[in-house]
Amino acid sequence: MATVDLKDVEKVYGGAVKAVKGVTIAIPDKALCVLVGPSGCGKSTLLRMIAGLETISSGTVSIDGKVVNEIGPTERDIAMVFQNYALYPHMKVYDNMAYGLRNRGMPKDEIDRRVKDVAATLELAHLLDRRPRELSGGQRQRVAMGRAIVRNPKVFLFDEPLSNLDAKLRGQMRVEIKNLQRSLGVTSVYVTHDQLEAMTLADILVVMNAGLVEQMGAPLDIYEKPASTFVASFIGAPPMNLLPIVASGNGATLADGTDIGMAAPANAVTLGFRPEDVDVVMNADRPEGAVALPARVEAVEPVGAESFLYCAAAGNRIVVRVSGRATAKPDDDLRIVAKSEKLHWFDQAGKRV
Amino acid sequence: MTPRVVFPNKFLPYLLVAPQLAITLIFFYWPAGQALYQSMLKEDPFGLRSKFVWFDNFKRVLSDPSYLNSIKVTIVFSVATAAVAMCVALLLAVMADKVVRGKGFYRTLMIWPYAVAPAIAGMLFLFLFNPSIGSLAVLLRRAGIPWDPVLNGNHAMILLVIAAAWKQISYNFLFFVAGLQAIPKTLIEAAAIDGAGETKRFWTIVFPLLAPTTFFLLVINTTYAFFDTFGIVHAVTGGGPGKSTETLVYKVYNDGFVNLILGSSAAQSVILMVIVIALTAIQFRYVEKKVHYG
Repeated sequence: MATVDLKDVEKVYGGAVKAVKGVTIAIPDKALCVLVGPSGCGKSTLLRMIAGLETISSGTVSIDGKVVNEIGPTERDIAMVFQNYALYPHMKVYDNMAYGLRNRGMPKDEIDRRVKDVAATLELAHLLDRRPRELSGGQRQRVAMGRAIVRNPKVFLFDEPLSNLDAKLRGQMRVEIKNLQRSLGVTSVYVTHDQLEAMTLADILVVMNAGLVEQMGAPLDIYEKPASTFVASFIGAPPMNLLPIVASGNGATLADGTDIGMAAPANAVTLGFRPEDVDVVMNADRPEGAVALPARVEAVEPVGAESFLYCAAAGNRIVVRVSGRATAKPDDDLRIVAKSEKLHWFDQAGKRV
Repeated sequence: MTPRVVFPNKFLPYLLVAPQLAITLIFFYWPAGQALYQSMLKEDPFGLRSKFVWFDNFKRVLSDPSYLNSIKVTIVFSVATAAVAMCVALLLAVMADKVVRGKGFYRTLMIWPYAVAPAIAGMLFLFLFNPSIGSLAVLLRRAGIPWDPVLNGNHAMILLVIAAAWKQISYNFLFFVAGLQAIPKTLIEAAAIDGAGETKRFWTIVFPLLAPTTFFLLVINTTYAFFDTFGIVHAVTGGGPGKSTETLVYKVYNDGFVNLILGSSAAQSVILMVIVIALTAIQFRYVEKKVHYG
């Protein structure tokens, strides 16, 4: 088993375009590190550099304490699960899984034992004689996983492995991947743009934006204390409400002069609160130590266990989560109250205050 | 399955396919039938009278040692041409696939030879390898090889294969390049991560996935070598020296148009037709089974 260390890793394309701008991440042994971010943020490039499929422009990638910059993917002892699975279409499932072992000159009976073991764990035993095109999407996904597991590598790399599956299957596989990774205890790097996958899978969550790490840490820490407006709006669904504010005298107001009901910390220009951290009150009382904003309901989205109210407050869209059925109807006027300990403040640069 | 289309009109469908049928009948079946009929006729030396002789021409052709020699020549020529043309094209295509800068330019250059007419290509190689004035022949001679395609049958065959293959390489190259591009990059990357070196990747992943292309080209190249190389043979060796490069197609021409043995020539073309049909059938029947269409 192994640790993975990235140090000031950069990727420059064609001498000009910087895809990754100095990323440092330390992944301890057996941890699952999720790289999450919008498309084009450099997360896949970073993964491919760990795999050895892209050259490293500067900085170092180390696996198990050994710098692997100059080592090809063949010798890095890693296994990768691709977004499109990349199963060899002309080989049976068995041969797909055995390929990597044969290339490493493992004896036949050992290969057979390993492939059958893994096939049994992944419930693929009855599919070993099929070709990839005869399998469903979920089964292909399993074979791709099996091909990675059977090699017993130092590191697993996942490149958006679930994005080609339908929502239900994705949920199932997510749990399965988590369980497998935990039981095998293999250090893993997982790339996704799905914040739900990121939150649920990660031991270490790395939020990336424009080639840089925006924030890194335990998923819930990041959720509770986003380091920037980018992280705040990227992690969580629906995203955090972010309102521009102006300090005035003892208090602060929204851009149009609406008093928010409490003072803002110095330098804060953006106020944020999560949809679930808000109370909706119908009366006109102003609670102490809380933000209170008059708002009008524009739309109500009942999801079942919860409902989302889409409200307008002084030109801002605010999403509020209420559990169960919402009593509010569109065009109702109400007051949105957020307690001070649930508030997030961000400065001009978007950083947390 | 898509449901069958039902035409309400009984005659319109036939009317619509009539032009196609007419062309096929007039330009394919009628000449083929004529050849078959001619192959059973025997003409006097002056072409005044002809006699229906059933399969006499076939019997004579098939027991003629020079015809049997021609079959042997054709097999050697076709196998060598197809093999050389396909191997070189594959090699070039694999290398072109690695070119990063000027890919389009490089490929365009590679495709040009296909635009050269067969007879011109033949002349080109004739001059290049001409024992007395050919620049490549001089180099060969200097390297200690007694190069003489005018007198040495084997040398003539080598020259012919080079010329015929050269002409076909561009065509094969084009298809191999397209075939290589159709192989997903992630498969190659997956194989690299799976511990396969470059050579191993080629033979275990790339080559099997190219199989549909290779199979298609095998059929095309064999047919090319059998049928479409008349121009090159005519320009380069004219079937000589002796009969050492007289392929079946060239013999059909020689016997029919030069020696005016029309019956025998017609019988030969019928046999040739049967051979090509059989070859193609065999290729589809047996070789295609080993081909996986991803």
